[in-house]
Amino acid sequence: MIASLTLLALLPLMLFTGLYLKSFLLLHDYNLFDLLFSREWKPGAGKFGFYPFIIGSIWVTLLAMLISAPICLLSAIYVTQYTRKWFIRIMHPAIDILAGIPSVVYGLWGILVIVPFIGNYLGPLVGAKTMGYSILAGSFVLSIMIIPFILNIMIEIFRSIPDALKEASLSLGATQWQTVKTVMMRKALPGIIAALGFGLARAFGETMAVMMVIGNVVMVPHSIYDPGYTLPALIANNYGEMLSIPKYDSALMFAALILLAVSLFFNLLMHFFISRYNKY
Amino acid sequence: MKLREKIEERFFKVLMIMATWFILAILALIIFSIFEKGIKAISWEILSQTPKGGYYYGKGGGILNAITGSLVLAVGATVLAFVIGLPVALYINVFLVKRKKLVSIIRFILDLVWGIPSIVYGAFGFTLMVIIGLQTSLLAGIITVTLFILPIMIRSMDEILRTVPIGLMEASLSLGTNKSETAFRIFTRQTVSGIITAVLLSFGRGIGDAASVLFTAGYTDNLPNSLLEPVATLPLSIFFQLSSPVPEVQARAYASALVLTVIILVASLFSRGLGRRYHKTKINF
Repeated sequence: MIASLTLLALLPLMLFTGLYLKSFLLLHDYNLFDLLFSREWKPGAGKFGFYPFIIGSIWVTLLAMLISAPICLLSAIYVTQYTRKWFIRIMHPAIDILAGIPSVVYGLWGILVIVPFIGNYLGPLVGAKTMGYSILAGSFVLSIMIIPFILNIMIEIFRSIPDALKEASLSLGATQWQTVKTVMMRKALPGIIAALGFGLARAFGETMAVMMVIGNVVMVPHSIYDPGYTLPALIANNYGEMLSIPKYDSALMFAALILLAVSLFFNLLMHFFISRYNKY
Repeated sequence: MKLREKIEERFFKVLMIMATWFILAILALIIFSIFEKGIKAISWEILSQTPKGGYYYGKGGGILNAITGSLVLAVGATVLAFVIGLPVALYINVFLVKRKKLVSIIRFILDLVWGIPSIVYGAFGFTLMVIIGLQTSLLAGIITVTLFILPIMIRSMDEILRTVPIGLMEASLSLGTNKSETAFRIFTRQTVSGIITAVLLSFGRGIGDAASVLFTAGYTDNLPNSLLEPVATLPLSIFFQLSSPVPEVQARAYASALVLTVIILVASLFSRGLGRRYHKTKINF
């Protein structure tokens, strides 16, 4: 028991050292700043600029958060404050199923429904030239994928607020929405921020679904209708070739290292945020 | 109430209802499109055969290799994660129950590990394979997926085990059992339903994840027959066949997606059903 526990506790460290050692070859020869901010990605010619992938990942993640944050917040308030108990009993399995659907299936759905919709209707409607495989498609699919994750945490947060608080506000003559807006929201705010932070970390590392609908073109996107490329997709797409060129292999491991660092950073930040807030 | 307030109240209520129904509608839409495409594509031939010659140009064969491969891999990883995970979860809740600070640090680390993207596990698993000289194989896939689902398994068991009242442990210890007996005989029995849920949840995660097996398990047209040979999986069979320009091959991706979705839905329904059934063995306080 102790052995497996220690092993597990060391897992993040093992992941980190393993990936760091592999990407050392690249880090040794190039300047970190150049790697992160150079736009040129030509592994054959020894040019490794991660900027297009990083910016692609950031666009997709932020846009997905922008879509799912208000939906989750509104829905969490509705489910916990405005409906009867049986409604939550319907919502819970629905959330479970959404969370359980594998990411390739989300990707498949994106290709079947979202990509044609953007390519044939939305794109021409706003006058953008697009095949449908775009940042927007990736963000939309991603936003659906993180909804169950964020919504679950938010529902827990709103449920944990004591009823007395709500009753006090209502008895003072505030309407239900006023109570939610001024009392509940204030109490829940740190939790909401934490939920969004965890969602963000999750979204940043999502691979398959985004990769299937985003287009995978190495470029710095200029609009949400442009195709893009994300860090996880970079790793997943090139696994076959990477053995032949040692530096290429090293570069992909560096991408994994970036993902690991971002994920750990956001999760750490949010944990400290929550533990801080729980003291009061 | 002023008119403005009334309008505001109404406005937000409508928004909230829309948001909630949006989520339910999207879920219905996803399930509908997977089933609609999948049922058209699926046939007994697809389910019961492995790929034959010219399969990837639309000729005969099926996805039996991916179905069995996925099941073997996910069951293997789930069993392995269970064997490692249950003692850890019990250890945290029985032996360390007094050391609150240590336990909260362990939970914190587990949560961190849970949050790491599966592609990172895939890349790490690949690195590990190179170091120990393993080819892409079922074994490598099982190891990687085990690492990936282990934190999920332990944390979900832990959430259930921590609800066991301390009085039960004290009663058991006072009757002369030692802590291990208390852990394995009393705690597990008290939380059977929760443990089954944790196992099925991890199984669902393991079978559905593509990014972690992409580098490590490889792909093959054969049925799995050895731990050291590559194995086909359903998520990858969806992914590879979908990128084919041949419509017949694409249709098989839809069939694979249907099979995978059904397996996961059944696992989640099963866990709910079993959970209710084993509730009887629980002692209520």
